[in-house]
Amino acid sequence: MNRQKCEVLSAKRWGVYHSITLVAPEIAEEARPGQFVQVAMPPGRDFLLRRPFSIHQASRTGGWAGTLEIAFTAVGPGTEWLTTVEAHDSLDVVGPLGRPFPLPRAPTNCLLIGGGYGAAPLYFLGQDLRAKGSRVDMIVGAKTQERVFKPVEAKRLSVSVSTTTEDGSLGERGNVTDVLPGMMARCESKVVYACGPNGMLRAVAEYCSEQGIPSQVAVEELMACGMGVCWTCVVPVVHRDGRGWSYERSCYEGPVFSGARVWWEKWLGGRSTPVQTPPEGFRLEEMTAEGVGTWPPG
Amino acid sequence: MAARVSLRTNLAGIQLPTPVLAASGTFGSGRELAGMVDLREVGGIVTKSVTPRPVKGMPTPRMAETPSGMLNAIGLQNPGVEAFVEKDGPFIEQAGVPVIVSIAGRSVQEFAEVAVMVSKIRGVVGIEANISCPNVERRGEVFARDPVAAADVLSTVTRMTHLPVLAKLTADVTDIVEVAQAVVRAGAHGLSLINTLLGMAIDVDAFRPRLGGVTGGLSGPAIRAVAVRCVYEVSQALPDVPIIGIGGVVDARSAVEFLLAGATAVAVGTANYFDPHATVEIARGIGEFLAAKGMSTPEDLRGRLVTPSRPQEPVYLGG
Ligand SMILES: Cc1cc2nc3c(=O)[nH]c(=O)nc-3n(C[C@H](O)[C@H](O)[C@H](O)COP(=O)(O)OP(=O)(O)OC[C@H]3O[C@@H](n4cnc5c(N)ncnc54)[C@H](O)[C@@H]3O)c2cc1C
Ligand SMILES: Cc1cc2nc3c(=O)[nH]c(=O)nc-3n(C[C@H](O)[C@H](O)[C@H](O)COP(=O)(O)O)c2cc1C
Ligand code: FES
Repeated sequence: MNRQKCEVLSAKRWGVYHSITLVAPEIAEEARPGQFVQVAMPPGRDFLLRRPFSIHQASRTGGWAGTLEIAFTAVGPGTEWLTTVEAHDSLDVVGPLGRPFPLPRAPTNCLLIGGGYGAAPLYFLGQDLRAKGSRVDMIVGAKTQERVFKPVEAKRLSVSVSTTTEDGSLGERGNVTDVLPGMMARCESKVVYACGPNGMLRAVAEYCSEQGIPSQVAVEELMACGMGVCWTCVVPVVHRDGRGWSYERSCYEGPVFSGARVWWEKWLGGRSTPVQTPPEGFRLEEMTAEGVGTWPPG
Repeated sequence: MAARVSLRTNLAGIQLPTPVLAASGTFGSGRELAGMVDLREVGGIVTKSVTPRPVKGMPTPRMAETPSGMLNAIGLQNPGVEAFVEKDGPFIEQAGVPVIVSIAGRSVQEFAEVAVMVSKIRGVVGIEANISCPNVERRGEVFARDPVAAADVLSTVTRMTHLPVLAKLTADVTDIVEVAQAVVRAGAHGLSLINTLLGMAIDVDAFRPRLGGVTGGLSGPAIRAVAVRCVYEVSQALPDVPIIGIGGVVDARSAVEFLLAGATAVAVGTANYFDPHATVEIARGIGEFLAAKGMSTPEDLRGRLVTPSRPQEPVYLGG
């Protein structure tokens, strides 16, 4: 974890997305796919906290060595302000933060699923997976065509790509989970990586658990510090040995968690789709002790 | 000629390299940030509150940003004192920074249990009793809102440890001076003023509270004026009791406000989140402020507040 005053090398815009490339040698050097940075807001405003962004690209070698790119959409005062940032401005950035996507020990077939700006870290991940000999396939989904994140680059990176939009303006109409079973079968995927809206991650993780395929998902929670000291960003996670659960910090133990160990029902409410087997080693007593009824639910 | 400035501070017998500490719950035990912040430059660390047994804490969302501040509802999540001693103990012993352990409990007995356990960690220089938590023996009434319950905790904790004990009070009371006097009479060696203020924020599109816990603690510059007033009132009533001023300290000038109001030291909370070096930079800034004023120690600022000499006007609430 480093804190750097970073010069903005370039600020770009495509569709609804903005991207900022920073000169951040210390952060770029350590950065791994799935990690994020915390960007400080300008002083003198009434919003104080840093804003978290996935690392979209980090160049450790080559002509762009020491640079870092984030990509974002404007949704509120912090991201609105970031859209006004220009080349040669300086940003105060802390990173790289959090647990990255774990890579498979041996090359295998990997399916990468991104929803909206959630696709941002997957290109960095895809490059690392390919460099280590894995096969990469992608599902890129969004509400509308202009929100589909870099569909052309997805094609360049993957053996096959499936695109979905909710309104059908690009690719198939529907969500990523509609095409997930077909893609997983066609690509003979052995590992699934996903980043996007939490509801999408839940659907992906639950399907993977049902199929007995490991999933690694990068979640989002409100973060005050991003550095592991405030405990605001927690997600309920089942312990590795299956004995109980605790709230783990999505900025420290996450943002990448095993999809099978996130207790989605407790976190996001509602009812989980029934799964054949509880997450590995999960004990029924732990669930009932919390007064949420029996496992599996439904 | 510029005066030689020394930032060394004696807080209730605790020797601090600077008068700027990290407030409880905003710096962990220092372990997470040690790679980025040189802890030897931090005045002191007050750890996140620890309880006898593990506490799972509140459901999310636990945080909501509000104008010039934030609300939090963590629910004192912590791994319990045994895990704390095991995991953070070795770190604290060699951290190179004075560490004050914040303790909490749901009964006087629970406070006592934790006090005994944490007093055994070498390197711990003091205890802060976070009495802004519910007392299960009194239908969940917050200790710090009841001078009798607050005094009970402090008289017990001070008997259980050889370390100096600070009482951390809430400003969500009718008369903070009354509570301060009660805990000092019970043996508290110093006071930490203030904890977060109870607040609430609502998502008007969803028709829902923005926190999972519905209400939560407000912190940041939004509460500074309330905190300064509390420090001022308490230090007027108890001029010999050392006070850590807490609430919206973000820079040297806001820290100096507290020192002028009567605090011996300050603790930085929310500012650590957006500026992890805040404690270090604020201490440096206080040094520069003192030098510019021809002063040599932070102690020189205490009691230097100039107030109207006429008898104090009655207080009007609301204009
Ligand atoms: C690990 C992580 C990675 C992220 N990566 C990206 C990315 O690559 N691209 C991108 O566009 N966005 C990303 N986000 C979401 C991004 O942080 C928010 O859109 C941004 O903080 C909104 O700030 P604001 O001031 O514009 O909005 P406001 O809604 O006014 O923000 C108010 C507060 O809520 C927080 N907040 C608001 N939305 C979110 C959210 N979705 N997740 C977490 N905190 C939020 C803000 O940080 C701030 O503290 C990521 C979030 C997390 C947690
Ligand atoms: C996320 C968060 C967690 C906190 N946890 C604790 C705690 O465990 N114990 C405690 O005594 N105070 C806790 N506090 C209160 C702070 O120590 C401090 O009193 C308060 O935030 C006001 O200071 P500030 O305005 O500088 O943040 C917490 C504050 C925040 C924002
Ligand atoms: S955001 Fe503070 S602990 Fe994760």
